[in-house]
Amino acid sequence: MTASSTQTAERPAPPTGPGAGGTTDDPAAAAGTPPEEHTATQSAEEQEPVQDAVFDLRDVSVRYGSFVAVGDITMKVPRHQVTAFIGPSGCGKSTLLRCLNRMNDLVPGASVSGELIYNGENVHAADVDPAEVRRRIGMVFQKPNPFPKSIYDNVAFGPRLNGFSGDLDSLVQQSLEQVGLWSEVKDKLKESGHALSGGQQQRLCIARAIAVEPDVLLMDEPCSALDPIATLKIEDLIHQLKSTYSIVIVTHNMQQAARVSDRTAFFSVNIDDHQGMRTGRLVEYDRTTKIFNNPAQQRTEDYVTGRFG
Amino acid sequence: MSATSDLKPAERGAGERTTPTGHRPLRETQGNAARRAVANRVALTVLTVAMVVAVIPLVLILFKVASEGLAAVGWNFFTLDEPTYRVEEAGYRAGFVGTAYIMVGAILMAIPLGLATAIYLVEYGRGRLASFVRFFTDVMTGIPSIFVGLFVYGLLISSGAIFHTGFSAFAASLAIAIIMLPIVTRSSEEMLKLVPDEWRNASYALGASKSRTVLTTVLPAAAPGLATGSMLAVARGVGETAPLILTALGSRYLVTTYFSDAQGAVPLQIHSGAMQPFEAGVERAWGGALSLFVIVLLLVVAARFVGSRANKLG
Amino acid sequence: MSVITDQQPQDPPPGLRSRTRRRVADPAFRWFVTLTGTSVFIILAAMVVRTTTEAWPIFQHQGFFGFLTGDRWVSGGSRSDDPADFTGVYGAWPFIYGTMVTALIAIVLALPLALCIAFYINQLAPRRLRKPLSYTVEMLAAVPSIVFGMWGLFWLVPNVLRPFFTWLESWAGGFFLFEGPVFGPGYLAAGIVLAIMILPIITAIVREVIAVNPLDQQNAAYALGATRFEVMRKVILPSSFSGIVGASMLGLGRAVGETIAVMMLIGSTKSWDSSLLQRGDSMAALIASLFKEATPEGVRGLMAIGVALFLFTMVINVAARLLVWRIGRVAGDAAV
Repeated sequence: MTASSTQTAERPAPPTGPGAGGTTDDPAAAAGTPPEEHTATQSAEEQEPVQDAVFDLRDVSVRYGSFVAVGDITMKVPRHQVTAFIGPSGCGKSTLLRCLNRMNDLVPGASVSGELIYNGENVHAADVDPAEVRRRIGMVFQKPNPFPKSIYDNVAFGPRLNGFSGDLDSLVQQSLEQVGLWSEVKDKLKESGHALSGGQQQRLCIARAIAVEPDVLLMDEPCSALDPIATLKIEDLIHQLKSTYSIVIVTHNMQQAARVSDRTAFFSVNIDDHQGMRTGRLVEYDRTTKIFNNPAQQRTEDYVTGRFG
Repeated sequence: MSATSDLKPAERGAGERTTPTGHRPLRETQGNAARRAVANRVALTVLTVAMVVAVIPLVLILFKVASEGLAAVGWNFFTLDEPTYRVEEAGYRAGFVGTAYIMVGAILMAIPLGLATAIYLVEYGRGRLASFVRFFTDVMTGIPSIFVGLFVYGLLISSGAIFHTGFSAFAASLAIAIIMLPIVTRSSEEMLKLVPDEWRNASYALGASKSRTVLTTVLPAAAPGLATGSMLAVARGVGETAPLILTALGSRYLVTTYFSDAQGAVPLQIHSGAMQPFEAGVERAWGGALSLFVIVLLLVVAARFVGSRANKLG
Repeated sequence: MSVITDQQPQDPPPGLRSRTRRRVADPAFRWFVTLTGTSVFIILAAMVVRTTTEAWPIFQHQGFFGFLTGDRWVSGGSRSDDPADFTGVYGAWPFIYGTMVTALIAIVLALPLALCIAFYINQLAPRRLRKPLSYTVEMLAAVPSIVFGMWGLFWLVPNVLRPFFTWLESWAGGFFLFEGPVFGPGYLAAGIVLAIMILPIITAIVREVIAVNPLDQQNAAYALGATRFEVMRKVILPSSFSGIVGASMLGLGRAVGETIAVMMLIGSTKSWDSSLLQRGDSMAALIASLFKEATPEGVRGLMAIGVALFLFTMVINVAARLLVWRIGRVAGDAAV
């Protein structure tokens, strides 16, 4: 927990000097540059600007071979808040999420263009080690995927990899406590992670992710395989975790986005008439309350009210 | 951005620099990360080197067999017998004919039996019996070929033989067929499993009986795949040497009988030629090795070709 | 195998009786294929019975234990079936030893290489190179063993192995495994060529085993910051362990049964030696090399060796198949 607490302490420090490369530009500049080229993100002018961004995406496109899965995304993801990505299937929200910690490096043929700035550094720069990126930016997957090891070893897996030298037992306990699983499993830490229920498995996966003390948690439809009660527990957990981590969550479930997130990005699919290529685009990105109550774009309104999607 | 990326990791002291937002930069590794990155790079290099190392023997064998063998293969090689290993003007006619005799017999025995077993396993077999058949078919692939040769010797050739034929092409065919059988069974089984059930149902819906469905719908649909498996089995059988020593025995002259008389075969002729201290015989053995290798390779490549087309159709 | 065929009614409902011909043809076909299915048992049983009967007098003459542990092999000239008339001495130990030593050398050399190749092809190689690369490795399995034998005898031993053995002997000759004199053919030469021969089957099975490792567990490890190597070592390797053991045992079974290449490379002597550089013989190679000159009694001796070899490979194969069984049957022509 030390890393994140120092970050919390440092966080108020304002972005420094012009020499720093102008990563966290002032809001006016951010709003001023992109809109002309991005009709899909016209709303950028109206949105309430993100003050303290953990991610700053500039013209990010993801390609698989020559196929553009997501095109020209420009957005800022706020620190210590929950940001939800919503949109119909195939709009590229999961693809974009996987770019944030370079998980899509593992997909053959995938390439990313544009700048994906994390704390002032381009995550996709050639000399950045993807493993280091993933150590800072944890991920929770759609289907709970504990290792076929004991509960304890599941949580300890990451710290052991990183050569954690402190008290592993208390780190495991802390991580399990953070996800509210400790009381349920403290007597069966030696049992297989696969013996737990689906909801418990997913919380175990979250515990495993936070045990490496990341800065950001990415969640790719974390509740889609769970029952409503387990889903509710995960949502409560997300509320608690956002004081420590910046969270980005992809969800199919609009109520879930409304319940857990502070900001919501709505993606949709643009179909190219010439080649029939389907490309995901960012339609609107704003405070969650605005997206759900008073969206600027007709397409967003159609989607959140269930008229399309 | 640019300020940090211009620096090499070594020039940066730990914790001295931060990103514009005051965080530890991504390029600055922590704890054991540097060592792990090195370990990773070393391991990946080892894997790549291993891949290269594994290909080397194949290249060397191909090169050696091709360069030595091409010198020996000519018209005479296929049309003459080899009365002695010493003579220059001689060839492997007896071996080629013998191998053809043996393989035709083996194919006629192994493929129908293997195919029928596969039909049993896929279309009818369930429960204990089927899983035992499957398991022992797998185990049978691991039986040493020399042991199969001993068995056929005991069955057909030895003084205590039950059906006495003596050394013959038939005995060799039987041994090779036993070696090919599990290969045919297993590959045919895989192929029959790939035929979609919808096709079977369509046939039943037209009133066809089960046997008719299998024979007129399932088998034709799986035909290319079945051919692939059989060709691979033949490729395996044609190169077998050890069981032939005990069953065909070998012959330097053309033998045209099937059920009696010791028969020659290419692998046998290669073996005896290579073990004799006569240059001409050894040279011809290389020619034999090349021709055997080419036959096997053609079968394997043809099998792959037919197989890949079958996959596309399915 | 199909769910649908399960529901296929075997007997048509009354009133819808089919023609007689079909009523006979269908069960007949069914019985025919079932019978051929069981032929595998008949063949296996016939093999065991026939060879054991032929070998039995030798076991009586020598005692089963004496046969396995005796280290002298002299073929007798008797034509009788009665063990009392036998004049030879049949001790199989030198050949059992030679078989084990060459097979172990082969597995020790081939397994690490096969693991590396399998991981390279499955995890590292660009997607479009994977098939060609695995075909290339499996092509080694297509090389007839007589070709391996010739290549080993005429090229590998004189050009590579003998110089290497000479160096090894001069450098570590005091160590019991590498005592001279250097011949060339011997346990180590046979083992090295065997390693090349069993490489494809081990690689094919290991590849199959690691291919079924769930991707989402690998992703979980990557998301925790694991490097590629760590994912292979800490996620894929542990859960593939039993399959890898099974693969090595199948390779071992192959090496134990290999005849012609070993026969050409092991040096064919009826003694045994602790040094890997010395000549010896293996069970399979001995059968092939003594067969042509064997008397009826000698052939019985070879039958006895064959039975021992069969038992040996049977144990290895059944154990291996049971281990690999759980991951499903392995496809690919190198595996059969």
